[in-house]
Amino acid sequence: MDFNEPAGTNPADRGTVLGKSTPRIDGPLKTSGHAPYAYERHDVAEDQLAGYPVFSAIARGRITRIDSAAAEAAPGVVAVIRSTDMDVLGKHGMNVVPHFGGDEIRHYHQAVALVVAESFEAARAASGLVRVAYDAEGHADYDLSTHRDTAMARKAEPDQDVGDFAAAFAEAPVTLDETYTTPCQTHAMMEPHASIAQWDEEGRLTVWSSTQMVNWLVEGLCSAFDLDPDQVRVDSPFIGGGFGSKLFMRADSVLAALGARATGRPVKVALPRPAIANNTTHRARTIQRIRIGADRDGRITAIAHDGLSHTQPGGDGENSTAQTPFFYAGANRLITPRLVDLHLPEAHAMRAPGEASGLMALEIAMDEMAEKLGMDPVEFRILNDTQVDPGQPDRPFSDRNFVTCLRQGADRFGWADRNTTPGGRREGMWLIGHGMAGAYRGALTMNSGALVRLRPDGTAVVETDMTDIGTGSYTIIAQTAAEMLGLGVDQVEVRLGDSRYPVSSGSGGQFGAPSSTAGVYAACVKLREEIARRLGNVDAGSLDFADGRVTASGRSTSLAEIAADGEITAEDKVAFGEFQDDVLMATFAAHFVELAVHAGTGETRVRRMLAVCDAGRILNPLSARSQVIGGMVMGLGAALMEELAIDTGRGFFANHDLAGYEVPVHADIASQEVVFLDTLDPASTPLKAKGVGELGLCGIAAAVANAHYNATGLRIRDYPLTLDKVLEELPAI
Amino acid sequence: MTTDMTDQRSAPGADPGDRAAQMRSTVRFTVNGEMREIEIDNRTTLLDALREHLRLTGTKKGCDHGQCGACTVIVNGRRVNSCLTLAVMQDGHEIETIEGIGAPDALDPMQAAFVEHDGYQCGYCTPGQICSARAVLDEIAAGIPSHVTGDLSARIEITEDEIRERMSGNICRCGAYANMMTAILQVSRGAP
Ligand code: FES
Ligand code: FES
Repeated sequence: MDFNEPAGTNPADRGTVLGKSTPRIDGPLKTSGHAPYAYERHDVAEDQLAGYPVFSAIARGRITRIDSAAAEAAPGVVAVIRSTDMDVLGKHGMNVVPHFGGDEIRHYHQAVALVVAESFEAARAASGLVRVAYDAEGHADYDLSTHRDTAMARKAEPDQDVGDFAAAFAEAPVTLDETYTTPCQTHAMMEPHASIAQWDEEGRLTVWSSTQMVNWLVEGLCSAFDLDPDQVRVDSPFIGGGFGSKLFMRADSVLAALGARATGRPVKVALPRPAIANNTTHRARTIQRIRIGADRDGRITAIAHDGLSHTQPGGDGENSTAQTPFFYAGANRLITPRLVDLHLPEAHAMRAPGEASGLMALEIAMDEMAEKLGMDPVEFRILNDTQVDPGQPDRPFSDRNFVTCLRQGADRFGWADRNTTPGGRREGMWLIGHGMAGAYRGALTMNSGALVRLRPDGTAVVETDMTDIGTGSYTIIAQTAAEMLGLGVDQVEVRLGDSRYPVSSGSGGQFGAPSSTAGVYAACVKLREEIARRLGNVDAGSLDFADGRVTASGRSTSLAEIAADGEITAEDKVAFGEFQDDVLMATFAAHFVELAVHAGTGETRVRRMLAVCDAGRILNPLSARSQVIGGMVMGLGAALMEELAIDTGRGFFANHDLAGYEVPVHADIASQEVVFLDTLDPASTPLKAKGVGELGLCGIAAAVANAHYNATGLRIRDYPLTLDKVLEELPAI
Repeated sequence: MTTDMTDQRSAPGADPGDRAAQMRSTVRFTVNGEMREIEIDNRTTLLDALREHLRLTGTKKGCDHGQCGACTVIVNGRRVNSCLTLAVMQDGHEIETIEGIGAPDALDPMQAAFVEHDGYQCGYCTPGQICSARAVLDEIAAGIPSHVTGDLSARIEITEDEIRERMSGNICRCGAYANMMTAILQVSRGAP
């Protein structure tokens, strides 16, 4: 199905199942421990061996020797695979650094060997016997802030230079010029990267893995092992979180496949938790200079955002300026994303890449600017709303209701009742603060396919290589098929994550939910057409599907009757047309936060959070809310605690486990409220839906930071807002 | 428990360190009400004994270092991080895992409440959260105080603060904490 114009009224609009809060259909499996994650597939292959990797102890240089004799002689060891035994293996197009092969070390904890043994214990013990000698490049400087002079333009995004920023900024009566920093962050999904690999006699490779994009992993494995796509099968039905970390091939699948090839037996490999932060990808640190000029009424006349981040050579780092060309009005604009090459581990996408860190800075800047103008920060944002691309005014937003988010949020939160004097409200030892921020995240769509089977018993099966990384794909796909075929959700079986199924959008960039359900919609339309044909070539548009029956010109037939002679299948994919480039598609939210800062210790406790979200049709309000509160939790972490600490001399992340890298726990999260505006975006998909998986994370950290300022009167522009940054300046107890 | 120091795979003349590494034991314990006997490498954690030997993979490995709580199981009525204890230390013990708490078609009230309130997303921390949540209610009922308990001589009330504090050894990176709270409170009230 070509989606070449905004959607009109269609069967998905009925809303009998879609749009209704629906408990996850995979919930009983997950809560009882019966959902099979990658490392747990004892059933899929007999005689599995365990692999345990050896990781580089330097950030940059060459391996001069790998002595594996002791490891090979250790009890239980079957094979040791050394990087120096082979040429560099091919990588996926999205990967920046190869995973294995050759003698070059490009980052700390790069995999250099794999020990394969009869047991995990034996492999792990023997991995400690592998001796690796390096020729390390000498002391380098891994501090982004000292490399401003070598910064380059990003190849992925051009600069935005509209009007005359310098002149407008110079003329503006009210201006802001501040620099903000965000640290490196790690995804820290709970399930480590893991794969089981097996080769058959014909040289075909099967990998049971944990991946967000099944087809990208197929492509990656083809490149690494010189295979054709029909020689590779990937299966990933359950994924214990990804957040971008499992978007494309990682070392676990490559190492498992190498181990299996060397031993002739299935091999499973999980990346040990302490290796994940340095071996895999991370969100890059950013240094962001923001300048805003406005007239005395608060209208922005000039805005500049310079965003610096680091990358391995050839990568894209973190584009913290991503939202700034589009979020607020202003005739004169200068947006300059910049990159520095550093041999830190590979910087790549983490949940809401770009906007998450960009809004951490921009939304503090907006708060500071409102204060300079003597305006309410909500009103300042409303005044500078735009319904068109500010740099290209003939390009409108497809559907933008940011102002409604702001107004509803302020109302519900009781924003008007807050104390507006920073540091001016105290309850005992606690300084109380309120803050807000706006959220913007692009609404991407990706072509997506699915196959639908109508079974002789009148129930349906959907197959697609789409993944459910906690996002709720199983359930919204079942809802979509149920809506289209007039079935109950419990009459639809959903099969995901297998490369033998049609290629889908996969999960990433919050495009998964809208795109994959559009693909299922397309396949269901095709099935409806086939049913119309079987009912005597009636007009498919006139069919009414309800309660397991289809009605055509007054005659009602059960779906079981229609499929009585054998299963009916229909496959299709949605292909999104170029008309989507003529509009700006995005999602919006307004965040409101109340917190308390301890006057003696500087400890910050967030007391309540509210997000009002605008993201088109919400397919399953129950799981969509979970996505948003989950994003808010991650954003609270970004605001208050999360930071990969860089050893700036040796080039690695020092706090590379879940003890050193702190993420929010139960005790950090109090009340959370989420409101979805009742909006539809016909330009986005046939279901008029947009994603929410990343929206909740966008902006929330700045809302926390702004509330912290309101509580303490101390403006911190360097995340995270740890207590050491305020302790000295807190008021006398 | 029996320990055999002369594993057949030990190379003759191997140094004592090697031999020690190859010590194997037979352990007997009860898992979900069933007596199990396994012969394992002494280095095997309870977590890996469950996941790899008994193929009870409902218990998850998030870190293997006692940092995440995904591996929480109940041993002799108390919750433990099963990655931090060796299987050979469990001889004669009673172990309950998520599989013993309920099945997909026969969920325990806590499991059902997690489904009803969407107290999870990816599901990987979930078995550990559910084991902990049930244990937390038991610990409060048993009068075991926590860091946030006020009056140590009074009966401990089930409050959101008590639950949050006691659940904080179980990380959920998907951030489903608020929904878990709703589920746990519902179960604590004995509501269906
Ligand atoms: S796996 Fe045991 S605490 Fe993380
Ligand atoms: S549900 Fe994913 S980590 Fe908790």
